[in-house]
This record gives sequence, structure tokens and C-alpha cells, in this order.
Amino acid sequence: MAQRPISLNSRPIIAREAYGLAVGFLLASAAHLLRLPLWLGALIGVIVFWRIYLAHRKLPTPGKWLLGLLAFAAAAGIMIEYRTLLGRDAGVALLVVMLALKVLETRTLRDGILLGFLGFFLLVTNFLFSQTITTALYMLGCAWLLIVVLIGMQFTGTWPGWRQPARRTTVLLLQALPLMLVLFLLFPRIQGPLWGLPHDSHAGLSGLSDNMSPGSLNSLILSDAVAFRAEFRDRIPEARALYWRGPVLWDYDGRTWTAARFVFNANELPAGEPSIEYTVTLEPHNKRWLFALEMPMQRPPRSVATRDMQLLSTTPVRSRMRYNMSSQLEAAYGADDSETVLQRALQLPDGFNPRTLQHARELRRKFNDDRQLVAAVLNDFRNQNFVYTLSPPLLGEHAVDEFLFDTRRGFCEHYASAFTVLMRAAGIPARVVTGYQGGQVNPVSDYILIRQADAHAWNEIWISGTGWIRVDPTAAVSPARVERGIASALPRSDALPMFVRGDFAFLQRMRLTWDSVTYTWNQWVLGYNPERQRQFLANIGFSDATWQKLAVLLFVLAGLAVLAGALLAFRDLRRSRNDAVRAAYERFCRKLARRGLPRHPAEGPVVYARRAAQWRPDTAQEITTITENYVALRYGNSATPQAVRQFQRSVSRFAS
Amino acid sequence: MAQPLKNSALNGAFKWLFQWRGPERGTIVLVQRRVFILPTRQGLLYAGVILLMLTGSVNYDLSLGFILAFLLGAAGIQTMLHTFRNLAHLRISAGRVQPVFAGETAQFQLQIHNNTRADRFSIGVTGNQITADYIDVPADNTVMAQVPVTAGQRGWLRPGRMTLFTRFPVGLFRAWSYAEPDVRCLVYPAPATPGLPLPAVVAGDGEGGMAGQGHDEFSGLRPYRPGDSPRHIAWKAVARDDTLLTKQFAGRADAELWLAWDVLPPTLNTEQRLSHLTRWVIEADALGMAYGLRLPGTTLSLSSGPTHRNDCLHALALHGTTADLA
Repeated sequence: MAQRPISLNSRPIIAREAYGLAVGFLLASAAHLLRLPLWLGALIGVIVFWRIYLAHRKLPTPGKWLLGLLAFAAAAGIMIEYRTLLGRDAGVALLVVMLALKVLETRTLRDGILLGFLGFFLLVTNFLFSQTITTALYMLGCAWLLIVVLIGMQFTGTWPGWRQPARRTTVLLLQALPLMLVLFLLFPRIQGPLWGLPHDSHAGLSGLSDNMSPGSLNSLILSDAVAFRAEFRDRIPEARALYWRGPVLWDYDGRTWTAARFVFNANELPAGEPSIEYTVTLEPHNKRWLFALEMPMQRPPRSVATRDMQLLSTTPVRSRMRYNMSSQLEAAYGADDSETVLQRALQLPDGFNPRTLQHARELRRKFNDDRQLVAAVLNDFRNQNFVYTLSPPLLGEHAVDEFLFDTRRGFCEHYASAFTVLMRAAGIPARVVTGYQGGQVNPVSDYILIRQADAHAWNEIWISGTGWIRVDPTAAVSPARVERGIASALPRSDALPMFVRGDFAFLQRMRLTWDSVTYTWNQWVLGYNPERQRQFLANIGFSDATWQKLAVLLFVLAGLAVLAGALLAFRDLRRSRNDAVRAAYERFCRKLARRGLPRHPAEGPVVYARRAAQWRPDTAQEITTITENYVALRYGNSATPQAVRQFQRSVSRFAS
Repeated sequence: MAQPLKNSALNGAFKWLFQWRGPERGTIVLVQRRVFILPTRQGLLYAGVILLMLTGSVNYDLSLGFILAFLLGAAGIQTMLHTFRNLAHLRISAGRVQPVFAGETAQFQLQIHNNTRADRFSIGVTGNQITADYIDVPADNTVMAQVPVTAGQRGWLRPGRMTLFTRFPVGLFRAWSYAEPDVRCLVYPAPATPGLPLPAVVAGDGEGGMAGQGHDEFSGLRPYRPGDSPRHIAWKAVARDDTLLTKQFAGRADAELWLAWDVLPPTLNTEQRLSHLTRWVIEADALGMAYGLRLPGTTLSLSSGPTHRNDCLHALALHGTTADLA
């Protein structure tokens, strides 16, 4: 073999390596490509296939000027598309396109190795968008592939085929597992962020908002995304008791309900024995609401309870959050609310819905008692052909009028809105409460799963002497909605996410199993934050350990993990008792011996082969080849790992 | 990497640290104590990328980012073991080395034997820290590596300390080991260019009384030199183009050629003389003549053939050197 430089960093990469890098990059950025604008995805695809073509044709990579021009053009395009180069989406777009150009530029081994490393970084950026089990497994696969490509570039001799680096990578990652686990559990966690997050880093999180206009809940109901999960300590209450309280909406402008802009801080929560205890694992929704069953009896850490019983986190919920909760399902509160507060719950915009106001005045005249009036309204909803549907007709300026007297078709937001307007017009303080109702019990892990599709709006009215009590006009129209969930309440013609309906029992069951796996994943993998780390350390007996103690613990365990890897790695260094080739040859001799032709103690392989070939002319060719290969491997310099393996295989194939 | 250091204390420290122990006889086993390992620049870069991934994961609260960073970090640490293992426990012994002329490159052969169960890949062997021979050594196999060393001057050439190194599997670490097998290469003096014509052949049956093979095979023509036997002049050639050529015969026993120190012009110094004598030996051998070599203090009697040639060159190579006369 010819002499080569002592550092091979400047050697050109060859076609096979260029393919590996290009494919590794494409797979690592595949999830991003789906999110990028079409033109950018197409550009990146073209660039990468261009590189593959160049490698295939053994053509030189393009010059600096062309690359610079492409980089500039791509950056300008991103600037136009996103109006910025910063932020999550634009930043990732820029990273992906620059790495694609790096793929195109990659010429030497040094470039190739750098590209592999940057590929790892690219993998992490995928987690900004998704951290599901599927994503994790996919990215693990990509990391594996990138390591295979990196190892593949380090072979200096005969190329042994991709299988060799693939196996080496698998071994490497398996050996890395214990150390990874130790680091994951014990490496000191710091609560981020370290610097400001880009404004768009939590874009695309869905959930309830602080206002409700026609159709706003509708889009949520069509989403089967998980809002949160709740695990009950004892029993799961009946579905119709599960009102998960969220934003409380006070102000109405004739079209949109909005939350009160002032914060009522109420430090005291209803006293008394909590009737139910549970733990909520809330998906990030980039808003401050923490959902709890009506009425919450405690506040999660770092949150406030407002006077209208909203639980608000001090910062928007941007990562999955887990909190313990207790609620009193039948509590009423706020009997002593001030006149100002009650006045606000009676406000109506001027000049809207005259028929409704008229109707309310008639009702007021008929019923002196508030409760009787409410019962009458609910009775009307129940008996006057109101229909619960997700596809109501469009409503005009006097939306409540049209809904109550003409169309009579709508879903929770229509009923809640109309009911509040009626109550306020009749002089009963009322407001809209949004949140989630019901949820799906997961029999696999015994928790309840609340999807965005379970979004709901109901009402609270204030009764003198009692306080605020819940009224759900939707329940009057469609009891099924609150008892058995939205799917059973809607006509089959209404579109709903596939899994919200109870069809396909088998798929449903699989889906629930998968969700319970996801739940565990969220609890133990994604939810492992500084707080959980403290809990974990406390559980293993380091409740308030100093950092020195923790460092010692970390280093000792990490050392043990490395040692375990070392023991495995150095097992191969034992001096072999049987030379692999000789062992295979001995196997071959034994096969011949079983046929009745044992080798004489002092007989050389060549002589033995000649004798065997004469004895069994039908396999003479095979015997000769094996013997020739044996001699070449054992006494020549031609033995490469794959030649040895090939020899072993040829012996195995030799029929005895 | 391992240049001789002037500072003897530092040199001593290096000697201890890297186990430099001068030429070793027999098989050198690269025991674990002899294998050194350090991260490469790419290893540091890799660590940097992982640190970046960790920082990003803290900032954006990406649990999976932590996991990936820890997994890659742990795998990086494991590659250290793989790199180390790729070099450890190899057995090095020196192979034969062919003598060369000064100015040529001596090809030292290292026989690298792997009697462990692990296949070794991409092992570089270098003597000069500039170029290397890269080899794979499968389990239970022996592979030869070439270490070329430029022969500066005649005499014994030692390859010096050789370095075996590897970055396999990922290139994050470089493991290396030093081996200095007790092997030497004989360097003949460089043949003079252009050389002086061969000295005159003494006609008649040799005083050395060597056993020639007689007037057997015609092997070629060369320009006539005074003293050539008229019987060997190629008269046909003379008739053709008026130049005197002498026929040469392989294995001529009766042509006695003495390559002697003192027939050379006195203006030449020792090395120049050796250089001319070397050329003469090569030429005489190429012509298949019987020749003797006379050096101050050494005389090799008339003979021919490869062994004689090598003896003569051997004597020339070591002329006047005190060391290693054996």
C-alpha cells in the first residue's frame, strides 16, 4: 500500500461517502422540509441531489462564488418569506439551507466530518417542533445513520461494506446507553431559558383563548390534539361532573366574548373538604390558564387564583406541566361579590338583539324568582326544537336574536352566549365559562384524556345568597353532550376527528394504548425537569445533597458506566485461543473426517487436499478452493476481515 | 511529534511518559501502558457541538435534546475505548530489509501481528511523521507495513522510533504508540555518476585461481579498452563501422578485474573513491565478470555472482566505520 499523508483530513471524499452524507442530511432534515415553504424545500432537494450527481459523475464541487451567491439568494428568500432571519422558523430554515449548501461544498474528509457533526445539531432543532416518541425514534435512527457515515469515512483500507460501520455504530450506541442514563438522571439541570426565546418558538400551540367569537370553539372541536390528562387518586367522577374550568368571559360586544382585562386576585379558595383529588398533566398551550375541575380547592405552585376562579400560571405554559389538584365538585362561591363585580356581569352592548331583550323582559315579568326564570329558559331550550350541531347556519348582526328565534341550530358557544344575554337582560348576573367538558377514560392506564375536541362553553349565574352557580344550557339541549361526550351528541353527518367518535373499537383501543405510552413518556422523559430531578434524588436518598455530593455521585456512576463499556470493549482483546482461520479450517477437516477421511497428524493441508480431492472427485473443486484460501489466508498477507469471514462462510457451506 | 528535545529534563520526562527505551529486540507488544490517547481537533469540535446542543436544550427546555446530547456524548467517550482497543495488544516485529544505496529509500518492513479477537482497522505506521502506511489487521492475522526511510549516507541505517497510530472508529481520538525495533538496513555508498571507466582487465588465467565457467556465453559488447585480448575484439563490428568493440562473455574466468582503491586518481577523497568503487562493482557484476576488490585493510578475492557483489558492497558500505563491522 502506498504511503499517504499522516493526516488524511485533506483527502477528497469519495462517492460512497458523499452519498452517505447527502442521505444522512436529507433524512435528518426531512421533518423540517415538510414544514418549510415549498420553494425552499425544492431548492434544498435540488442542492442535495446536485451533490449526489456530482459525486456519481466524479465532478468537482462548485466554486466559492456560486456557493456564496446561492447562500445569499436563499437568505434573501427566507428574509422575504419570514420577514426576519431570527426566530425559530426562520432560523431553522436558514440552518437547513446553509447545511444543504455545506453538503454541496463538502469536498474533503475534514468537511465531511464537520458536516456529520452539524447534522447532529440539526437533529436537536427538530425537537423544537416535536418531542413525541415517534420523533425520538426517528431522530435516534438519523443519529445512528450519521455515525455510520462518520465511521464509514475512517476506513483507510479495503472497504468492508456498510455492514461493518453499521454494526460498530450499534455497539457504540448500546455501550453509550448506561452512561447516557446516568447523565440524563444526574447531570445538574438548570431551568431555562438562558436567553430570550424567539417570539415564534411556541407558535402552533392550540388551546382555548381569552375570547370567544362564532366559530372559535368550532376549530378546536375539530382537533383531536391532547389538551391535558388527569389521573385521579381514587375514582374518576361521572362524565357529567367533569367541568374543567378555563377562561371566564365577561364582556360582550355583540359578537365576541372576552375575558376581563383586570385581574381579580382572590387569595382564598373555597374552604372545606375536597371531594376529589387528582393530578393534571397539562400540554403547553402558550396561555396562562391551568385547568381544574370546578371548583378548585388549591393552587398549583407559581400560579394565582383570580376572584372569578380562574387558575393562572405566572408565566404562559410553554412546556408540559404537571400539578396536583383537589376540587369540590359541588361548591358555590362568591356570595359576597361586590356590586361592581355584579354590575359588570349585567353589561350588554347597546343596540343588539332587541327581540332577545324583549323576551327577557317578558320572562322577568312572568317569573319573580331567578331560579324559576332559569328553569323556564332551560325548558325552552329543551322543548322548542333546538338542535345541537357543529355546522350551524351563519348568523347576522343580531346573532342571539337570530339564533334564539330563527335558526335554533348551534353548539355550546351559541347556547352559552344566548343564555348569558338572556340572563343579563333579565337582570341576573351571568358570565360565560369556557373550558373542557368530559374526557375519555383510558382503561389501559386509568387516567382521563381530555382533547381539544372536548372544548366546551357553559355559564355561571349569580343567585343572591348562594353565589355563582353553574348552568349548562347545552346540557338542556343535548344531555348526551355532557354525559357521553361530543361524539354521541352530534349527528353522524357532522365531521369530527376520526378518533373522537367511538367507531373502530380495535383502533380506538390501540390509540388509547399508545396514548398511555405517550403519557408515561411525557411523565418520565419529557417531564424530567429540575424539580423532578430533585424528587428523584430525594427518592434515592439525596434529599438535600450539596452539589459536591452530587458531583461525586455523578462521577462515580458515570465512571462505573464507562467501566462497564470498557469491560465489554476489552473483552475482544483477550488473546484468542483459536485463530479464526485455523478454527474454520479445523472445522473443514472435521467435516471431511466425518465423511471418513481424517487428516493424518503430520499431513500438510495441500497434500491432504490432494488426497481428499482424489477420494471425492465430486467436491474436488470445493476442497481445493478452500485449501488454497486457507493457505493464502494463513500464510499470506491477504487476510482482511471480510476475506476471513468469506472463508468461514465457504467452510460452513461445505456440505459434510 | 517526538522530536529530540534539547532540554534533557524534559526529554527525560518524555522518555518516562512515552516509554522511550531505545531499540528493542524481538517482538514488541503494544501493552496498554504503551498506548497513548488524546482527543483530536475534531474530537474537541465534537465536544463543542454537544455543548451547543446542551445549551440549546436548557434554553428551549428540550428533554429529548438532553437525551440526544448525552447519548452522543457518551458514545463519544466510548469511541475513546474503541480507538484505544484498536491499537492495544498488537505485536510488532521487524521484517527483512533490503540493502539500498545512499540517497535511496530503505523500505523497512514491520510485521504487525494481531492475536486478539478484535479486527483492527486503519492503523497508520510512520517513521517520519509526514507519510504513513495504513493497514487493516484482522483478528488472528499478520500484516506487513512499510516504513520507508531515506538513506542519507553509507553504513548502517536504523529506522529510529516508529509511530503506530489510529483514529478509528470516528476520528474523535487519536491513539498512538511508539515502537523502535532493533533492525538496521545496510546502506551502500551511492554509485558515482558519471563513473570512471572500469580498470584494465588482467588477461590470462587468474592469479586468484577462481573457478570460472569458461568461455561460455556471449553477453554483449563494450568499447575496447587497452589491454583487452585481441581474441575478443569484435572484428565484424570493426569492419562495419570502424569502432573497436570488445566481446564480453558471461562467467569468464580468465578475465581478472581488480577494483582497487589505489588505481583511482589520488585527487579523490575517501567517499568519492568508495563511490567509484561501488559503481565499478555494479558494472562488473552487470557484465558478469570476475572481479576482486582491494580496499585498504580489506581484500575480496576474484569472484562473481550476487553473493560476491553483496560482499563487495557490504565492505564498501562499512569501510572505515568502526561500529558494527559484523
